[in-house]
Amino acid sequence: MGDVRGFLKVRRKEAAYRPVCERVKDFEEVAVPTPPKDAEYQASRCMDCGVPFCHWGCPIGNYIPEWNDMMFKQDWENAFKMLASTNNFPEITGRICPAACEQACVLGINDEPVTIRENELSIIEKAFGSGMVKPNIPERRTGKKISIIGSGPAGLACADQLNRAGHSVTVYEKDDRPGGLLRYGIPNFKLDKKILNRRIDLMAAEEVKFISGVEVGKDMTLDDIMRKSDAVCLAPGSGRPRDIDIEGRELEGIHFAMDYLTQGNRIAAGEAIDPREAISAKGKKVVVIGGGDTGSDCVGTANRQNAECVVQIELMPKPGECRSEDHPWPMYPTLLKTSSSHEEGVTRDWSVFTKRFTGSEGKIEKLECARIEFSREGKDKCPVMKEVKNSGFCIDADLVIIAAGFLCPITEKLLSGVRVDLDNRGNIKTDANMMTGAERVFSAGDGRRGQSLVVWAISEGRRCAHSIDKFLMGKSFLPVM
Amino acid sequence: MGTGVGSNRGTGVGLDSEPSLNRSDMRGHFPEKQGLYDPAFEKDSCGVGFVCDMKGRKSHDVISKGLEVLERMGHRGAVGADPRTGDGAGILIQIPHGFFVKRLREQGLSLPDPGEYGAGLIFMPRDPDCRKRCETILQDEILREGQIFLGWRDVPVDESMIGEVAKSKQPVIKQIFIGRGGSCRDQGSFERKLYVIRKVAEKKVSSSDIPGKDFFYITDLSSKKITYKGLLMPEQVPEYFPDLKDEDTVSALALVHSRYSTNTFPTWDLAQPFRYLAHNGEINTLRGNINWFRSGERLLASSLFGNDIAKIKPVIVEGGSDSASIDNVLELLVLGGRSLPHALMMLVPEAWEHNAGMKKEIRDFYAYHACIMEPWDGPAAIAFTDGTDIGALLDRNGLRPARYLITRDDLVVMSSEVGVLDLDPAEIKYSSRLEPGKILFIDTARQRVVSDDEIKNELSAKKPYGEWLNENLVGLEDLPSAVVTSKRTSDVFKMLRCFGYSREDLNAILKPMAEEGKEPVGSMGNDSPHAFLSKRPQLVFDHFKQLFAQVTNPAIDPIREDIVMSMETFAGTGSNILTESPDHCRKLSIPDPILTNSGLDKIKYVNTEGFKTKTVHMFFDPVREGDFVKALERICYEGAYAVEEGYNFLVLSDRGVNSEKAVLPSLLALSALHQHLVSMSIRTQISIIVESAEPREVNHFALLLAYGADAINPYLAYEAIEEMTRSGKLSCGKEKAVENYRKAVGGGILKILSKMGISTLRSYKGAQIFEALGLGKELVDAYFTNTVSRIGGVGLEGIRKDAVLRHEAAFSGFADGGYTALDTGGIYQWKRDGEFHLWNPESIALLQDSVRKGSYDVYKKFAALIDDQSENPTTIRSLFSFVERRSIPIEEVEPVENILRRFATGAMSYGSISRNAHETIAIAMNRIKGKSNTGEGGEDPARFVPLPNGDSRKSAIKQVASGRFGVTANYLINADEIQIKISQGAKPGEGGQLPGHKVSAIIARTRYTTQGVTLISPPPHHDIYSIEDLAQLIFDLKSVNPKARVSVKLVSEVGVGTIAAGVAKGHADMILISGADGGTGASPRTSIRHAGLPWELGLSETHQTLALNNLRDRVKLQTDGQMRTGRDVALAAILGAEEFGFCTAVLITLGCVMLRHCHLNNCSVGVATQDELLEKRFTGRPEYVVNYMNFVAMHLREIMASLGVRKLDDMVGMTDLIGINKGILPEKAENTDLSGILYRPDVTVDFSGSRKTEVENDNRNRLDQEIIRVSEDAIDRGTPVSAQYHIRNYDRAVGARLSGRVCADRGEQGLSEDTIKCRFDGFAGQSFGAFLARGITFELAGMANDYVGKSLSGGKIIIFPGKGATYVPEDNVIIGNTCFYGAVAGEAYIRGRAGERFCVRNSGLYAVVEGVGDHGCEYMTGGRVVVLGKTGRNFAAGMSGGIAYIYDKDHDFSEKCNRSMVEIETLTDEDRNLVSELVGNHHRNTLSKVAERILENFSEEITRFIKVMPIEYKRVLGAKEMEEKMGLGEVSDG
Repeated sequence: MGDVRGFLKVRRKEAAYRPVCERVKDFEEVAVPTPPKDAEYQASRCMDCGVPFCHWGCPIGNYIPEWNDMMFKQDWENAFKMLASTNNFPEITGRICPAACEQACVLGINDEPVTIRENELSIIEKAFGSGMVKPNIPERRTGKKISIIGSGPAGLACADQLNRAGHSVTVYEKDDRPGGLLRYGIPNFKLDKKILNRRIDLMAAEEVKFISGVEVGKDMTLDDIMRKSDAVCLAPGSGRPRDIDIEGRELEGIHFAMDYLTQGNRIAAGEAIDPREAISAKGKKVVVIGGGDTGSDCVGTANRQNAECVVQIELMPKPGECRSEDHPWPMYPTLLKTSSSHEEGVTRDWSVFTKRFTGSEGKIEKLECARIEFSREGKDKCPVMKEVKNSGFCIDADLVIIAAGFLCPITEKLLSGVRVDLDNRGNIKTDANMMTGAERVFSAGDGRRGQSLVVWAISEGRRCAHSIDKFLMGKSFLPVM
Repeated sequence: MGTGVGSNRGTGVGLDSEPSLNRSDMRGHFPEKQGLYDPAFEKDSCGVGFVCDMKGRKSHDVISKGLEVLERMGHRGAVGADPRTGDGAGILIQIPHGFFVKRLREQGLSLPDPGEYGAGLIFMPRDPDCRKRCETILQDEILREGQIFLGWRDVPVDESMIGEVAKSKQPVIKQIFIGRGGSCRDQGSFERKLYVIRKVAEKKVSSSDIPGKDFFYITDLSSKKITYKGLLMPEQVPEYFPDLKDEDTVSALALVHSRYSTNTFPTWDLAQPFRYLAHNGEINTLRGNINWFRSGERLLASSLFGNDIAKIKPVIVEGGSDSASIDNVLELLVLGGRSLPHALMMLVPEAWEHNAGMKKEIRDFYAYHACIMEPWDGPAAIAFTDGTDIGALLDRNGLRPARYLITRDDLVVMSSEVGVLDLDPAEIKYSSRLEPGKILFIDTARQRVVSDDEIKNELSAKKPYGEWLNENLVGLEDLPSAVVTSKRTSDVFKMLRCFGYSREDLNAILKPMAEEGKEPVGSMGNDSPHAFLSKRPQLVFDHFKQLFAQVTNPAIDPIREDIVMSMETFAGTGSNILTESPDHCRKLSIPDPILTNSGLDKIKYVNTEGFKTKTVHMFFDPVREGDFVKALERICYEGAYAVEEGYNFLVLSDRGVNSEKAVLPSLLALSALHQHLVSMSIRTQISIIVESAEPREVNHFALLLAYGADAINPYLAYEAIEEMTRSGKLSCGKEKAVENYRKAVGGGILKILSKMGISTLRSYKGAQIFEALGLGKELVDAYFTNTVSRIGGVGLEGIRKDAVLRHEAAFSGFADGGYTALDTGGIYQWKRDGEFHLWNPESIALLQDSVRKGSYDVYKKFAALIDDQSENPTTIRSLFSFVERRSIPIEEVEPVENILRRFATGAMSYGSISRNAHETIAIAMNRIKGKSNTGEGGEDPARFVPLPNGDSRKSAIKQVASGRFGVTANYLINADEIQIKISQGAKPGEGGQLPGHKVSAIIARTRYTTQGVTLISPPPHHDIYSIEDLAQLIFDLKSVNPKARVSVKLVSEVGVGTIAAGVAKGHADMILISGADGGTGASPRTSIRHAGLPWELGLSETHQTLALNNLRDRVKLQTDGQMRTGRDVALAAILGAEEFGFCTAVLITLGCVMLRHCHLNNCSVGVATQDELLEKRFTGRPEYVVNYMNFVAMHLREIMASLGVRKLDDMVGMTDLIGINKGILPEKAENTDLSGILYRPDVTVDFSGSRKTEVENDNRNRLDQEIIRVSEDAIDRGTPVSAQYHIRNYDRAVGARLSGRVCADRGEQGLSEDTIKCRFDGFAGQSFGAFLARGITFELAGMANDYVGKSLSGGKIIIFPGKGATYVPEDNVIIGNTCFYGAVAGEAYIRGRAGERFCVRNSGLYAVVEGVGDHGCEYMTGGRVVVLGKTGRNFAAGMSGGIAYIYDKDHDFSEKCNRSMVEIETLTDEDRNLVSELVGNHHRNTLSKVAERILENFSEEITRFIKVMPIEYKRVLGAKEMEEKMGLGEVSDG
């Protein structure tokens, strides 16, 4: 604990965003980096609790109090090492993590929590900035070859861990550049792709081999890969979006969020898009269906594309601004979140149920909606949805983005001919050690556990790496966590 | 019956070829070891005294007076369940020649001249045939040794008055008479021969197959003295032995002893006096002393004994009491040619090490003998005699009372109390007390008292000890430095990993030690698994728990009383203790056992004549499985060989570990070697120094020392600290950091010593003051012989596996080095990848959620997390399961309301937790009719008044702890229960400290102290140094408030059951057995984790022991310590508890989230803080606590229903309701055996109407009742009253009940001054004027015993010599020790001297006295004390407030003052006025001549006064003055 009374002296100060008027004009990151001095003070607010709930709340178990203390004492080097020991990509989670740790922070019970996510970011950027982050090539190679399919956060974390253990790792990516969801799912204004490239370059320098533009199951079979590898990790992500299967769905101008965001990212990266396939919000009335983070990313992207107006609707009721009794501290609460994208202009509405899409000439024009309410029938029963009588209304739309979440991985081609089972939701089924039904084939990430956070994907990748290492070597010194 | 678990103490080290006489094998005296009860833990303490005619005139009168002394100390002894069976009493007198001649003539026997024959009282088997066989053995031995058997005499006894228990164990008592044979030239050699005959006969009977041989016991065989003793009460002694009433039975001396044993099963042979001494006290270091003595026995040789020396071994009879053992050694030393005082100065030396005032010759004497023998350390008042001379001696701490009077007709009366003979004041020539470390010696040949100075001068001049030391004793600092090339470890982090260091070890242990030079502090107890249950690799150290002193023996304050402490050891080769030569002190003196690298190198590469060092490595091959045990054997062999080769030092080293060489756990290797050398009786010939990377925390060092290390070099801990300074982790430089670390270790070791009441490292070394928890029996027997390990557990293989795992982690891992390579730890802080904790994020969150929502369902989820520990076994109770029984409908189980009454919350003071939190708990517990506890901090009287809504903020339990903060008559009278806190789970055996910055105005007010002034709670209660003292305090408290029940809080450790038995005998109503894992208080981290044991063991042992002793229905049992759920409560009930305490869980319901920062005052949820800002954050509500308690009770009822139990009382002790769930034991501990805990003694206990001993209605408060009778009007209407009484030493706590009565009617403010005025004459018993309330004045003409004016609450006490006294008061001791302890307010004028610790922890009394003993004004926090005479040493130690004025006529005060917290100043005008006023009062009240002389020439005399001013107090007073000037707030003072 840097200063035993730090939390009484220093108030929480969050990182600033660039002004809305400025930032909506570009796809550059919206956040302004916190000066190290400020970050040190913020770190002094950490109370180094006997039971660090933050460390518990963090899926990868970051040693938050330890690095907060080091950071306050300006021991950036050890703070970086400590952070890196549990988190392979702090520069990513430091930007986009919803920070369950902060919700669990003890100071948050009756004060404002420590700026844990931003402290994390400060540490890693300080580390990159002052050359502490250097390629770390293992002294000894085990001679074991491991292939990882999918280069999203789970695949990358798994690769990074296994490489550290001395194994020779190859990562296969179906798109033309590695990164998966990190590259194509998250808009550049939240995660600049330079940041991702910096990490992938580093991994490559550490001798992780990346093979992009190769889709396993199409360009080569999983069997081929298995023959070349001592172990395989499937990390395909959860690529199948949840559709809204209602009347008028076939109308032109209704797209899935991931298609929209991917394109947005390609454009931001300077890639040319076939105009026939281009989805642009420019001058359009945009409706985003889905109130989650993906939806919010679509809002931000649409505004940057100069949409005429943006509406975001959500099926569930508007969350409260404070914790409810259902989510007592330290649980991660459902709270009304206002992201930087929301600040940039959007009309949000909740408890809205889309009944049908209507339009003319095959093009979307309106959403016919109604209000709904939820009732709990008896204790502990699932809430039941009911349409509110006479609540129908319409929303004008030229472009509809469906951001209603993801169902499961797309596995038809990938798994053809291999005995890998799926669970009843279509996710890849594994045992407790993350091994699939096929010997030597493991799985990690959203494709295994279902749609989730980046930080969970990292956690999956790390745990899978431990299992693979143990499987190959008999025991593993890689962390279990 | 008799399960296999339990201690193996008392099995003898069995090293000698001689048959070992093993008393604990003698069944019939004690019940067998069964369950957790083990007779080896019996403890005793006592009243001791003597009467002696210093002119040597023999008379029957001396014996009668001796017996009267014995009887008048009757209240210091104890009775067990059988009211007519005492714990033992006896008398030692000179051989009454005339009487024996007369009696033997009747048998037709004639006796030779006095001195020409020996006699002795012998306890014999009751069966005539067996008796005959014993007699034959003895007679044969007499003949074999060339002496003359004269005959037997049947000793007449009158057994009509003795109790059933005593009778059932009564032996046949005979006397033997032995004539001096021609081979003995003089009486001295005859005495030796009688000793040899006794020793051989004892051994022969013991090893014979005579049934009933356990009855056989020779009290003594001597031509000078004879002892009459037995399992008697003091007053029974002369009745039982009519011999003693015969006018012809004459003696010039009579040594008497009455025993108070914690002992459940007192025995005839443990009655005292022994052969040379009677002992009041306890030898704490007994196991070490016995081992060291045994180790040197092979070297014993004496020209006086010649070949007989072989016959007397083993000198110490194994299984005897501590007193019996020291008597065994004293006897040998005296018969071996040393004088009694000489031998005793060896065994129980004065604190000479830091005593600058001591003459050099005497220091040399002690230093020389310290090279020969370690002290037998522990509180001791020893009265001793060889039948000619007689005397007494007090240990270095002086923790036992010993008063003596010399009369005008040359009688010396020494005893634990004064007034044990009704002497007219005019007869008294001199009155004094024995001082710490001093000897009182009466030489009947010289016919006078020989002063301590004189005797020590004489002895120290006998040999040129100083010269011998100069020539032979080498200081470590004097050894030349070794030239060694640097050998810093190449990869520190790899080494750290190899030795299992975690990041926490660096951050939470080493860092604070290196930065602050102190042990790191933590809070909130221990909720992680016991080492044997942990799934993570453990160090061997972690399996051991520190033992500590409770009740029978006081802990010491190593900081404030450092004058008695010593860390110096003398290493090298030992010699024959029966001779003296310069060679005996050819030793290396090591001032600090924690060696620096250069210090170690000096020894390792020593090149000085007479010194040779051998290094032995602690390596084994990790790959070859059998090599682990082979390596241990190799070390033992190499050690023994080194002795043979004449090496003096052996360095056990683990330097040089590499991928092929793994390291043995240092403690295991060391102890194996130590025990091996002990068993070969060669241990004293070599010193063992441990050079190891392993030890890092204080407990590790203490363990190594306790298991035989002479010194330790923790090289890796040093390197880790250096590494941390390199990486900027530490705020200080390398040298300073290492120095701080060593200082912290040293301070920590002293603390561990002192919590057991041990003062010197020399005694602690090898004393094995630890209990193993979860170590296998074979392992312990083989390598940690005689260590208690009650439930078995991990064996050698488990330890080997952990060692291999650590080695692999270091050498096979690919970790990149640096901090992240180290394990996370997770011991002191919950970590996801660290050690398991029962209080973890899930369980804390669920508990809070459940009480806030009032949801029993959520509580059940919480309880499931706690109760089902199958994945992470943590507690002993996690291994239990309930048996399947026929259930009953839950409606049939007694209602929740009944159960709630049995619930209490733990002692958390207002001060340690916030006011809000404290009051919320009180309100909640009052709502459910449970009990909350004040903790040690008093209680604001405003809380005694109920709130308008009917709630009450009053704590039902008022705690009385060692600091006595807030303890007044009014506080006590407002209690439903008064709890004497002996120990607390978080830090048993330690005191506490509330730093000045936390003492706010309101806290100061409730504690009756001064805002801003640090408050120190001493480690011991200064009025409880022994079990009889505790009985006295219980008596005092019951006197002041007869309606409250008195409870005693103990902490679980081995032997707590027997202590509890003693407490039950002391008339406590309830005994609380706290688990050592509990405790919310701030405490050194090593204490939280490593001191004491869980409640499962302590509770079960206590229940079993009390039941076996027929004492169980006298007391209620409560338990606490990490109690969380209904299942915990059910198991506690089954193991013997009727009531249950909760602490941490309650705080959690109120919002605590286990920050574990309680000591930092920055509790962010407002629970444990006094910070106003933070206190506002408190959101707890009484409903939460009420909900929680209800949930626990509901849960308990469900369990009761499932077990078919209707009433909780029906469950108590019913251990057959529990099964053992072996399946969840980790593999390494699969041999754990819990059957001892579940043992159920074959005794029926009726809980329905607990048989309570009614002490309230007896006439023990005779005087008070009379005073109350005449004071009714005074109390009701304030009409002044005065009365006159004669008082005797058995009139104890006079004034307490009166004061209780006054406060009950009048509250805190009492009566106006002098409303009730009582004049007494005579000798007042203990606690005279205790708790005396405002408006009461006691005037005593005579003398008083200990504890005068204890917790004085506003009254006035005046004491002066009795009418006709001619002694000079200022030269004589008139009141005893520890007077005005914790006094809150009032006045005292004492014409005469006081004993030790006058005004200890005074917070408001104004007192004048004419001289004080050692430690005057210790821990004082307020008030004024004027001393018109000499003070003892260590004045003002720990004094943080108040002012003392010393009349320093001889200008020698300043060297006696402990100046660590005070300054010596000259008096201001204000001071002069105050002194003038107080001395004036003193003169007016007592007619003091000293006062008169001062007043006559005041302007001159006042310049001789010195002012003792606490530094902190001065600062606070200065600030107060400033504030007053500026018209700011109020500051309370006293």
